[in-house]
Amino acid sequence: MSQPFTTLSGKAAPMPEENIDTDIIFPARFLLITAKAGLGRYAFHDRRFDADGAEIPDYVLNRAPFNAAPFIVAGANFGSGSSREQAVWAIAGLGVRCIIAAGFGEIFHSNCQRNGILPITLPADTVAELMVAAQTEQSFAVDLETQSLTVGNRAFAFDIAPERKLALLNGWDETAVLLHQYSGAIAEFETRQKASAPWLYAEDDAS
Amino acid sequence: MTAYTLYEKLWNAHAVAELPGGETLLYIDRQILHEVSSPQAFVAMREAGRQLRRPQTHIAVADHAVPTRSPRADGIRHGTIEDAQAASQIAELETNVRDFAVPYADLDGAEQGIVHVIGPESGFTLPGTTIVCGDSHTTTHGAFGALAFGIGASEQGTVMAAQCLRQKRARTMRIELSGTRHPLVFAKDIALAIIARIGADGAAGHAVEFTGPAVRAMSMAERMTLCNMMIEAGSRVGLVAPDDVTFAFLKGRRLAPKGALWDQAAAAWRDLASDPDAVYDRVIEVDVASLVPQVSWGTTPDQTLPVDAALPDPAQLAEGPERRQAEKALAYMGLTPGQSLTDIAITHAFIGSCTNGRIEDIRAAAAVAKGRKVAPGIKAIVVPGSAATRAAAEAEGLDRILIEAGFEWRLAGCSMCVAMNDDRLKPGERCASTSNRNFEGRQGPGGRTHLMSPAMAAAAAIAGHIADIREFAA
Repeated sequence: MSQPFTTLSGKAAPMPEENIDTDIIFPARFLLITAKAGLGRYAFHDRRFDADGAEIPDYVLNRAPFNAAPFIVAGANFGSGSSREQAVWAIAGLGVRCIIAAGFGEIFHSNCQRNGILPITLPADTVAELMVAAQTEQSFAVDLETQSLTVGNRAFAFDIAPERKLALLNGWDETAVLLHQYSGAIAEFETRQKASAPWLYAEDDAS
Repeated sequence: MTAYTLYEKLWNAHAVAELPGGETLLYIDRQILHEVSSPQAFVAMREAGRQLRRPQTHIAVADHAVPTRSPRADGIRHGTIEDAQAASQIAELETNVRDFAVPYADLDGAEQGIVHVIGPESGFTLPGTTIVCGDSHTTTHGAFGALAFGIGASEQGTVMAAQCLRQKRARTMRIELSGTRHPLVFAKDIALAIIARIGADGAAGHAVEFTGPAVRAMSMAERMTLCNMMIEAGSRVGLVAPDDVTFAFLKGRRLAPKGALWDQAAAAWRDLASDPDAVYDRVIEVDVASLVPQVSWGTTPDQTLPVDAALPDPAQLAEGPERRQAEKALAYMGLTPGQSLTDIAITHAFIGSCTNGRIEDIRAAAAVAKGRKVAPGIKAIVVPGSAATRAAAEAEGLDRILIEAGFEWRLAGCSMCVAMNDDRLKPGERCASTSNRNFEGRQGPGGRTHLMSPAMAAAAAIAGHIADIREFAA
């Protein structure tokens, strides 16, 4: 179970920069930590803190109201790079639940949806408009059920795959859902594949 | 009759069920696990009281966090790891593989190495399979005609328990490589040139297939380098159709099919090639004869130029994202607009990684290093991608050539590709690197990375600055 996502409102932290990669979001040296919880302090670590560990006051996430913003608006290709799910757990640890960008790293995007974070993809010119709204501290509100993002007096529709939406709305554990709904289909597939490609089952049989 | 691409054939052959909303439940044949991205997946398995559905479809290894040196003369690393967090992470993997009966390539065994090097070496990676790993460079295995992609920890748990993943079919992109390349232009140069051309998200949403005579002429190592780097263009999938080169590489490997099963498998693998009239969503043509060695100068892999070029001057660029990114990158990298790439002095050279840590890469570096010396003050390390690669290089005497030239000869691991083990840059240090990412801090906080081929990195180590291997070799 992850935390169900229904509606969310609050400020948005503006990150007007393309290609914010997962090494920026969660520097590799912290991957030695095997816990999922408590990673928020490492999110954007090398942007937030100097080499001595002191906060860099200018950085967006160190400034009110953005230090408590539940939204991020970012440049294109946000979350590109590595598959580390810690990038998502760290962002969740900051209290961020919705990220808006003109495009995402695909693995990061998928990791978001598995952890109760809603990634919204919108056209670049819309994101540019929302960036200004974020910078001017306007309030953002999103309703997943109606697939609607409201900023000031403007509303924006966004796409999401229906199954992903249901999973987010309900906080479903995808593994449990698949095992519950598709165990029969998976077993049938294996029977067929074992007949057509028996070399893929040689090790199972040998063990 | 409908014509299918290689990607579509792989996809269709693994579709367990079509899901509402256009996604597919995809069967996963193989999963590779490593110490850094798997712990949370095993925790989830324990919490839910689940077992692995097919443990023998997995292989586990420690590679990311491991030191590439041992204080012991025999090179044993167990019991010598100083970083308590790294030691604990490796111990946790070893507990997990024992508790869940997962095949394990021991840290001190003959099959240890980087996930994307040992999969192919052991014959775990096979054409026609679906392969996942909690590592974005899983694209590498696509060189064998496998549908291979990186996933997160939650997805790893799903594959462990259900042997399936919910996936959305990608669009298809064909990159046709024609022409004969300069002998000192390598697969790494071709990959970097493609990324520079299409951008760091230029292949997002697409499965990339490499076709054409220049791909057919490549070794498996070179095909792996090409596919490995496609994630740096935003694609989760790189592919090359299997052929005689593929089969010659695989035959006889420990986990490759044997006897009659080999014949049956090879016949099936030949049918994987894209149908002649298959249609792709995008096609890009690259004449490799026109390429020169490439070097990245910035902090995204598409900020790459031919080695004989000068750095961009943001003042000459129109106001927009490209200019902003160039300004930011030049500032981080400590470089001057308009500076020649070959004037950039380095402090480190790193030859290794899942991109360029194979025997062919070490041979290329040794060919440059032979009879030469690493420039004074430069720390240059060669890190084989696997224990088997290391042994093969030593059997050829490559280690002696490299050590004689002043390179350090290390044990297998991810090493300086990712700043989470002992091999890291300090702030301001600059590395000629055969790895895959030049992101800010990738090789250590404040470290500066220039991506290039192994021959180019060896040349830079000897010159003390970025050098054009074509002039260097003359």
